[in-house]
Amino acid sequence: MTHEAIIEVMGASKSYPDGTQALAPVDLTVRAREFVTLLGPSGCGKSTLLKLVAGLLAPSAGSVRLRAQSLEAAGAARGAGLAFVFQEATLMPWRRVRANVRLPLDLAAVPRGEADSGVDEALALVGLSGFEKHFPRQLSGGMQMRASIARALVGKPHLLLMDEPFGALDEITRGRLDADLLQLWRSRALTILFVTHSIYEAVFLSTRVVVMGARPGRIVGEFTIDEPYPRGEQFRVSPKFLACCQKLSQALAEASGQGGEARPSVAAAS
Amino acid sequence: MPLGIGIVLLGLWQWWVTAMEIPKYIVPSPVLVAETLVSDWGLLSTSLFITLKVTFFAFAASVVVGTLIAFLFVQSRLLELSLFPYAILLQVTPIVAIAPLIIIWVKHQDIALTLCATIVAIFPVISNTTLGLRSVDRGLLNLFQMYGATRLQTLLRLRIPSALPYFFGGLRISSGLSLIGAVVAEFVAGTGGAGAGLAYQILVSGFQLNIPRLFAALFLITATGVVLFLVMVLLSRLALGNWHESELSEAT
Repeated sequence: MTHEAIIEVMGASKSYPDGTQALAPVDLTVRAREFVTLLGPSGCGKSTLLKLVAGLLAPSAGSVRLRAQSLEAAGAARGAGLAFVFQEATLMPWRRVRANVRLPLDLAAVPRGEADSGVDEALALVGLSGFEKHFPRQLSGGMQMRASIARALVGKPHLLLMDEPFGALDEITRGRLDADLLQLWRSRALTILFVTHSIYEAVFLSTRVVVMGARPGRIVGEFTIDEPYPRGEQFRVSPKFLACCQKLSQALAEASGQGGEARPSVAAAS
Repeated sequence: MPLGIGIVLLGLWQWWVTAMEIPKYIVPSPVLVAETLVSDWGLLSTSLFITLKVTFFAFAASVVVGTLIAFLFVQSRLLELSLFPYAILLQVTPIVAIAPLIIIWVKHQDIALTLCATIVAIFPVISNTTLGLRSVDRGLLNLFQMYGATRLQTLLRLRIPSALPYFFGGLRISSGLSLIGAVVAEFVAGTGGAGAGLAYQILVSGFQLNIPRLFAALFLITATGVVLFLVMVLLSRLALGNWHESELSEAT
């Protein structure tokens, strides 16, 4: 397992002109082939941190480096080998699945033939082969999210940033997509930085969970999930899983206690 | 269904005129109007052509110039804020008041009429297209930004398709307004004695008490309006039919 630092966040923070501090200065290092999850309640700055890493937002202070290069030097996303998956599938409704998935390649002026075979590959990875000619509205929520992930994968990224991608889906679809995502992560040798507010999802998926607290957004703890892959459904009901969930719950509760918010109920944590 | 109602209404009209023995110079029967349409077709078709010409040129001008202005407005907020009040000014001033001036100032009558009709029809194109170009999904904008899309790529692949539903909404309104503008301008010109379009025929037929012909000309104007609207609906369906909520049936 390589230990190259893919993402280095050094004292990065984000404040807005009206005085809101979305993120207090944080340090974070993500190494190659890790699956790191940012876990926290709303307003803890986890999406902000993800966007800072993606270059969608500029830090008010501190810096973000990708593979030891500053973000400016890394250039556009595809050049940086980076892909972002949003909470909504964010597909263009006026184009079919094929054209949607092909978008990153089209924007980079990749020849059509090469691009199309890339699309076929990506669709096969997410299990959407045969749906190229559909329009987004003809797909279910889960399938639209798969298409969105296919689009993220088509540029053959080495780093995947995912902002609560399964948040809008039902429990069953989410479970399926979680399993498929783990499969993808391992087979494609990806590094993944994942944002969620679901403790269960964080424990099931990650090698490491970074717990964040709100007001101000900050990192309050890091926990390694010490369970080998592949992780099946039996992991979800194992004692180790419960223990991890409890530790994370506690960390979250402590964080919100310090912040003066109402404590999130442990039982409701999902 | 609409056809059925139309036939019933026509039938009632015919019956009422015949039963009440209303003279043809007050309300002609549908049959008489139809006869006049056929017998005066030479005159009416030429007039129709003239009115159509003005309508189409005005519509084309509204779309081209209106869209260009919309693009300019989207490029520069400053430009938009400066010029928008004047566009509104032009919009709210009744064309019947401006038309006489324009007809006097512009020597060539066809151009004068087209100008009047364009002024009436251009505003919906500007305001709808501007709104459409601005109403882009935030998530898609972020996506394009992430992948390093150039401004041109974003314009062609994202802003314009996003703007299409609004654009077609503007077209639907503007097509009808082009016709109205053409007819109103013709009326104004006609009272000065000049002209040859359908509106002019209506005026002249009125003076001559040739009411059947007046009705026939009126019918042609209405039919043109309906056809224009249907053409816009068809275009809309072609461009948006696959994907926009406004065109999709309930079942999908």
